[in-house]
Amino acid sequence: MSELLDIADRVVALARPGEEVEVVVGRSTSTEVRVYEGAVEEFSSATSAGIGVRVVAGHRQGFAHAGSLDDDVLAETLAEARDNATFATEDEWLGLAEPDGVPVPDLDLYREGLAEVPAEAKIDLAMALERAVRAADPRISGIDAADFADGISEGAVVTTTGIRSVSRDANCYLSVSCLASDGDDTQTGFGFSVGRTLEELDVDAAAGDAAMRATRLLGATKPASGRVTVVLDPYVTAQFLGIIGSTLSGEAVLKGRSLFADRLGEEVAASSITLIDDPTNPLAYTASETDGEGLASRRNVLIEGGRLEKFVHNAYTARRSGTTSTGNAVRGFASTPGAGCRALSLVPGTATQEELLTQVGEGVLVSSVSGLHSGVNPVSGDFSTGAQGLRITGGELGAPLREFTIASTLQRMLAEVAAVGGDLEWLPMRAAGLSLVVHDVTLSGS
Amino acid sequence: MVALAKPEVTDPHDREKGLPVIDDALVSTALDAALRTGGEFAEVFVEDRRSSSGRLDDGRIEELGSGRSRGAGIRVVSGDTTGFAHTADLSEAGLLAAATAAAAAARGGGGGVRTVDLDRTATSPQPVTTRPEDVAKTTKVELLRRADEAARSAGDAIRQVSASYGDSRRRFLVANSDGLLTGDDQTRTLFVVGVVASGDTGMQTGRRSVGHTMGFELFDRYHVEDLAREAAAQAITKLSARPAPSGALPVVIGPGGGGVLFHEACGHGLEADHIQKDVSVFAGRVGELVASPLVTIVDDGAMPNEWGTFTVDDEGTPAQRNVLIQDGVLTDFMWDRLRARKEGRPLSGNGRRQSYQHLPMVRMTNTYLTNGETDPADILADTPSGVYVTHLGGGQVNTATGDFVFGMTEAYLIEDGRITEPLREGNLIGNGPKVLEAIDAVGNDFAMGPPGSCGKDGQSVPVGDGVPTLRVTELTVGGTAA
Repeated sequence: MSELLDIADRVVALARPGEEVEVVVGRSTSTEVRVYEGAVEEFSSATSAGIGVRVVAGHRQGFAHAGSLDDDVLAETLAEARDNATFATEDEWLGLAEPDGVPVPDLDLYREGLAEVPAEAKIDLAMALERAVRAADPRISGIDAADFADGISEGAVVTTTGIRSVSRDANCYLSVSCLASDGDDTQTGFGFSVGRTLEELDVDAAAGDAAMRATRLLGATKPASGRVTVVLDPYVTAQFLGIIGSTLSGEAVLKGRSLFADRLGEEVAASSITLIDDPTNPLAYTASETDGEGLASRRNVLIEGGRLEKFVHNAYTARRSGTTSTGNAVRGFASTPGAGCRALSLVPGTATQEELLTQVGEGVLVSSVSGLHSGVNPVSGDFSTGAQGLRITGGELGAPLREFTIASTLQRMLAEVAAVGGDLEWLPMRAAGLSLVVHDVTLSGS
Repeated sequence: MVALAKPEVTDPHDREKGLPVIDDALVSTALDAALRTGGEFAEVFVEDRRSSSGRLDDGRIEELGSGRSRGAGIRVVSGDTTGFAHTADLSEAGLLAAATAAAAAARGGGGGVRTVDLDRTATSPQPVTTRPEDVAKTTKVELLRRADEAARSAGDAIRQVSASYGDSRRRFLVANSDGLLTGDDQTRTLFVVGVVASGDTGMQTGRRSVGHTMGFELFDRYHVEDLAREAAAQAITKLSARPAPSGALPVVIGPGGGGVLFHEACGHGLEADHIQKDVSVFAGRVGELVASPLVTIVDDGAMPNEWGTFTVDDEGTPAQRNVLIQDGVLTDFMWDRLRARKEGRPLSGNGRRQSYQHLPMVRMTNTYLTNGETDPADILADTPSGVYVTHLGGGQVNTATGDFVFGMTEAYLIEDGRITEPLREGNLIGNGPKVLEAIDAVGNDFAMGPPGSCGKDGQSVPVGDGVPTLRVTELTVGGTAA
């Protein structure tokens, strides 16, 4: 880590008078194992490193990055960023982050031991996962990928404005996708487990989820169109929250691309909705001690009891909006910081999914969605996505359903949330999931 | 799941000359080291990529970016196991370390010493008239300003305009234990305009993108003002759009903009890796009628200058035209080296990878439906009611079930054989094999669509697609109207 700081310090020291320079250095090592039919199909190991340099001079910004930390590359990257800055438009709000006194939390995200784990142990876990899925149900007819992956990443951010921060974390996960068959019918399912050490990975849970998701859809038919109450599975809710989060970016608001731009302080959701972005929660897969500009990560309440309280900001969007950074600069070393949510979750209710189904009585459980990136417009709020799931009849899960869409608008869905489940689950993404009941959604089928 | 998205200009920069600087002898040494644990096949892929980008948003040139990456990926195949390692260190020590790591991961039975004799095959890259790295940055910035101005002059409803420019030059060398030594020099240039319009019904968006495997001469072929005006017109049109219908309806897809239909409906399902693992609804169906006889689908990496075009694929196989479905009959799948080797069959030039940090796999290039014979006007006139889609967004498919979705970004209602009102956005959903059978009209107005970025297993590669006007007798439209 000190080596990364040294590199960043050296480049920052080359700043010229009147110039702000920010250097982001990252390095990661990773392993990926894929097993197929009891043998290792792929085993990849890699170390990669890179640098991103941002120069702000005369209220103009330039950027350059390189996938190497060689000395000649460092100097060339700074020179290129400096040159790029001369072509940008002057913008009085431009500038780097400055220390804001918020202490960096100690989240204990790094695990020394992960780097020392022998390859055989990783392979064994992936093999065990494949076997467990097969053993879970006789209708499992294939496992197209059973994977183990791990990564250790470290980063440093140093600026001429006084930022000097480092971060380091370790992650590993198991993931599997499988097929279930019954006669001519084939369905697919997936499961995963995430942790920071191999001991935290739960093979049986991942295997059980994959087998359950695939087998419970066997025999699925296309439902008739109509307006329904849906229960979103935790995994689906997490994806939905990710989209809501993108509309709360200070950048989208400033540029007139957020449907919530003028609604701060207003009721934008049912009163059961409290939405929090908290990368300081070590349970979050995307937890991190600092943001992409080196400021301390912090907990932000975005929607409280249905009322819109806050947008998320990086240094630039905050300055231009007359506020302070919320520690939400998001980036890799190959890009300049955007402003975005980092670890979203809803404050959970108390009901289990079974209890929610009973309350709903008649409706549809949406177990997975597809085409969210193409079917949802975060500017207009139009929402339409392909879906699979199960009919809810008499408060219980019934016949499986496929090849339908659910549609509404983001605004309407938030307002129509009827209940928030207590089954909070952290997933390998920027949001946590839980079961969510939404009224009055248009289902399109036959 | 595999997905297609619209490419964004994100990966900045480029400017030097010459192929990746690396000695043939060093490549041979790395291959020898890679084979030391008894692997049957080894490959060294050395890549140098430079890119430049510019972005205008909110009336400001926000940023010019430059990017560079360089490194080598080494893979070793032993039996059914592939070992892979990559490094940014192109010294002898760096390459040997990666070769040893890849070999250890794919430990075979034999071991010992094998020496590879490399036979260099020269290739001619796609022609580039004006190298983007020779174009002044001010000229690139000017394009962005012109697009901004043209879009804003479209009317008071225009609230926001973004424009981005990107070029990349990717040079690579690939050598393998069969003695192959070749490479390619790929230059791509991209321009994207996005517009937000606002009216009584809220905000709507419009977008246009163009991208080709060529240099700055892209802008001799397209005028950024035209793209900006079209994006603005799309956003303004959608302000008066009514909710899309809900349910199963006839859908007419316009020329060019609808190629993603075949990318999702059958393209991914015809990739040999899905076939060999039996996770495709098309497995075992070669020689069978899988589509309407009106349907001929081709994947062609050799089309001049298209977004998914190259001279050799990322395993060194020359790009070629592959007919996948001929008059409704499934003729062949797409192959990479690993999957073709298993079957002992010829390569098809579909082995691609995002970068030296990734293993190659079976990927599409430019995938399209060939021209039919019907006048497109007759197809519309012959459709009493339904939806006419002129631009599709991204899509996604589950190859094992064939179920796919894609978004409509510009669509209209068809009433009494005429295009009437614009529709709000929504997804279309269908099942690949069923949709292929349900195509009952194909027009004679073939066009390639905008550039695409295809994501599979975490890797993204540039792809092209194209279609003439066509009609599907029934697709499920996921709108909110009854």
